[in-house]
Amino acid sequence: MSDRTAEMRWDDAHLAALLLAIDPVGLGGVALHGPAGPLRDQWTDYLRAALPEGAPLRRMPVGIEDDRLIGAVDLPATLRSGRPVLQRGLLAEADGGAVVIPMAERLSLSVVARIAAALDRQEVVLEREGLARRIPTRLAVIAFDEGMGDDEQMPAMLFDRLAFPIDFSSLNKVMPLVDLPDMTAARDRLREIAAPSDAILEVLVGTAAACGLGSVTAPLLALRAARAAAALRGSRIVEPQDAEVAARLVLGPRALTAPADPDAAPSDTQEPQEEPPQEEPPQDPDQGGDQQDPANPAPKDGPSLEDLILAAAQSALPDGLLERLRQGGTDRQPASRRVGRGMAENSPLRGRPAGVRQGALRPGSRLALVDTLRSAAPWQGVRKAQQDDDVKRPLIQVRREDFRLKKYVQRRESTIIFCVDASGSAAFQRLAESKGAVELLLAEAYVKRTYAALVVFRGQGAEMSLPPTRSLSRAKKLLAELPGGGGTPLAAGIDMARAAAVSERAKGRDPLIVLLTDGRANIDRKGEPARPGANLDALDAARQSASSKIATVFVDTAPRPREEGAAIAAAMEARYVALPYVEAGAVRDVVIAQKVGK
Amino acid sequence: MKQAFPFAAIVGQDDMKLALLLVAVDRSIGGVMVFGDRGTGKSTAVRSLASLLPPMAVVSGCRFNCDPMAPASSCANLCEVRHESGTPPPSESMAVPVVDLPLGATEDRVVGALDLERALTRGEKGFEPGLLARAHRGFLYIDEVNLLEDHLVDLLLDVATSGENIVEREGLSVRHPARFVLVGSGNPEEGELRPQLLDRFGLSVEVKTPANLADRVEILRRCDAFERDREAFTASWAGQNLATGDLIEASRGRLGQVTISDAILETLAKLCIAMGADGLRGELTLMRASRAAAALADEPEVTLDHVRRVAAMALRHRLRRNVLDDSGSTARIDRAIAEVLGS
Repeated sequence: MSDRTAEMRWDDAHLAALLLAIDPVGLGGVALHGPAGPLRDQWTDYLRAALPEGAPLRRMPVGIEDDRLIGAVDLPATLRSGRPVLQRGLLAEADGGAVVIPMAERLSLSVVARIAAALDRQEVVLEREGLARRIPTRLAVIAFDEGMGDDEQMPAMLFDRLAFPIDFSSLNKVMPLVDLPDMTAARDRLREIAAPSDAILEVLVGTAAACGLGSVTAPLLALRAARAAAALRGSRIVEPQDAEVAARLVLGPRALTAPADPDAAPSDTQEPQEEPPQEEPPQDPDQGGDQQDPANPAPKDGPSLEDLILAAAQSALPDGLLERLRQGGTDRQPASRRVGRGMAENSPLRGRPAGVRQGALRPGSRLALVDTLRSAAPWQGVRKAQQDDDVKRPLIQVRREDFRLKKYVQRRESTIIFCVDASGSAAFQRLAESKGAVELLLAEAYVKRTYAALVVFRGQGAEMSLPPTRSLSRAKKLLAELPGGGGTPLAAGIDMARAAAVSERAKGRDPLIVLLTDGRANIDRKGEPARPGANLDALDAARQSASSKIATVFVDTAPRPREEGAAIAAAMEARYVALPYVEAGAVRDVVIAQKVGK
Repeated sequence: MKQAFPFAAIVGQDDMKLALLLVAVDRSIGGVMVFGDRGTGKSTAVRSLASLLPPMAVVSGCRFNCDPMAPASSCANLCEVRHESGTPPPSESMAVPVVDLPLGATEDRVVGALDLERALTRGEKGFEPGLLARAHRGFLYIDEVNLLEDHLVDLLLDVATSGENIVEREGLSVRHPARFVLVGSGNPEEGELRPQLLDRFGLSVEVKTPANLADRVEILRRCDAFERDREAFTASWAGQNLATGDLIEASRGRLGQVTISDAILETLAKLCIAMGADGLRGELTLMRASRAAAALADEPEVTLDHVRRVAAMALRHRLRRNVLDDSGSTARIDRAIAEVLGS
């Protein structure tokens, strides 16, 4: 837990606004975590004042579509002039300023990808409806993230591109605004900043690595922040103090490992990399000092540059990082941030665009304007020749047969929640094969828009080992090691699976629970070993699940199936399949049969 | 238009750079799929490729980039007819197109459609070529290819196989050649790629941030120099960029003379079998890539070294999917290479 005071956070948030206003395009923007409220508004006003006068600050509506996001044909103007006329999208309208994105944790990946492309290229490459344009989009993104918990985070594709993560979630009182310095002068100076010294570059890369940030993006953002900080100070040279600011505002808050931790991997933690030993700056192999305490290097003339910058980064670690690290939950780091998904993509009004078809206009259908015009165009000569001269006709005659409608595929997404009994002796096999089944399904999932999740219960309770995902590589990472053995808290498992199913349904997906167990519960809901109680709890959980109307398959993995299993399956209103020799392919087939059978 | 970061100034990423050079030397290898994390210079490398490539000759006025020496039979501009009539068409030189297919593109802009402006203002039925036409004989680049809409993927699959774009819409009936090197990039964490599409790529590479801190510092230094003065930085790398362009051109010339022995061919086949890489495509790609590698190295004959260098990128994405085998595909390939080729 970082122990920074509210005042320090508030000041840093202002500093971030100033730096961003000096180099909005280079720094990308801010990811502001915290609830909507006066603080957030106040901060936004401050940023607006710091940006060049008249810089647009455009708010992005939730569920925005391509037409408004990246641009489209302006129909009235097109009809008037007879040639395709561009209507710029929101991104292009924010050129020279910033886009404000509320509820960024709900953004769909397709929207994020378009924003990311605009940030990277500083232009929108538009190839739509007869238009081929490149439209400048030099902008910053102000992403508000109101997400609670690990489940709701801004997609990494966006987060990684924004220099300043700001956390307002623990601020609750309004504080005074900081005075605005001369921003125009600072912006002018930015262009004249000299090349930074090697020491600065090295310390930024080193600190990023110590924070567990394996990419070059983070130190590059930090370098730009340091440049802006120098410009703000009125200097043309990037000094250590600027690097300190950058470490505190850019690197510390996105740290994945705590820099002080001597065991922290210096870089990519995914795979053991043979780092050439000489690359690691050895922590002061003091002359002859045999067993130097690494926490107390030999006294020098003041702290070294590295120590200073590291300390700056450390002062701003994200809340809860140390807590998570202590629990060994390194998988829940932002590197595997959840892929955010908006409601829009799942809403029945939308679906995914899939081309255009001919058809009659009905309520709810969407006219593909340009395609309609295209189909009408060749007939204009003929139609004009047919018409009465006295009747005033529109410039372009569009008839019913010309109508072209946008086609959307409405594929309901679905989520398969595997709920696996990892207790006792069969745990290993059940787990291994359920993992296999998850991976098999995910490998095929892209066409079927299937998400998979894994709930594991053993010992005293249940755990969500794999939150719903479509990414095979992510699943593999998370499923690599799952422990097995212990009691059978069946009720806890069913409860958690049901909760996950209900939450998936709220996201517009069809949940399916696949429960793999031998049905012999021996741990009750309180986590106490009690066979009859455990069974009653399990039956109760099963009935609740049935009342939530969640489709369920009960795979009985007992070598000789007994009545308990069937009873629980019946209480869950589940399809019952006995599969004494669990095998990934067979489980997959059961799931597919269930889904097709519906 | 932004100035692209010079290809030669990209630190490390040897696999990615080699893969792009290989397909630049021999287009028949097919496309390149680049998997990797953010900030690894994926799109930078692809976009900077354009400035390296030696220019190509096209039939003057042909909107489909026809080659004056071998006009496509399907060219809607009838270049071939003019060619056969005995008078060689006038030609001009143009930069090899590296065309971006942005997310959010609509079908009409990809395949081409009725020219709306001409139709509305002059009542003429004309074809407005799309991105596929523009990319003919060049490169078609799709960033975040795993996020591309399915109906566009289907379109691409069809054209990438046939090398020809057939447009039947709005009363138009147009056929034109569309042979391009498909280059895709994406992050597998953000969604899987359809196997059918993956199969269309000749080579696939995985890029990672250099593990070594000195390299990262160098990347930072070059990015800083580029951002502070794009022109000066680009100019300082122009010589090396030019040299790479010359290397591509020279290697193309040498490609025809590179020989490949029966023993090597047999090894290629064994390697593919050992890896269970599906189909003939793997073998063919491996052979072409090895030959292009030999040409780039200015060596007259394909050796095991060349095969070893390109085997992983030619085969990685063709391994029969065994999701239960947790060892990464790279590890499996390395194992097979060691077995078949000896280390």
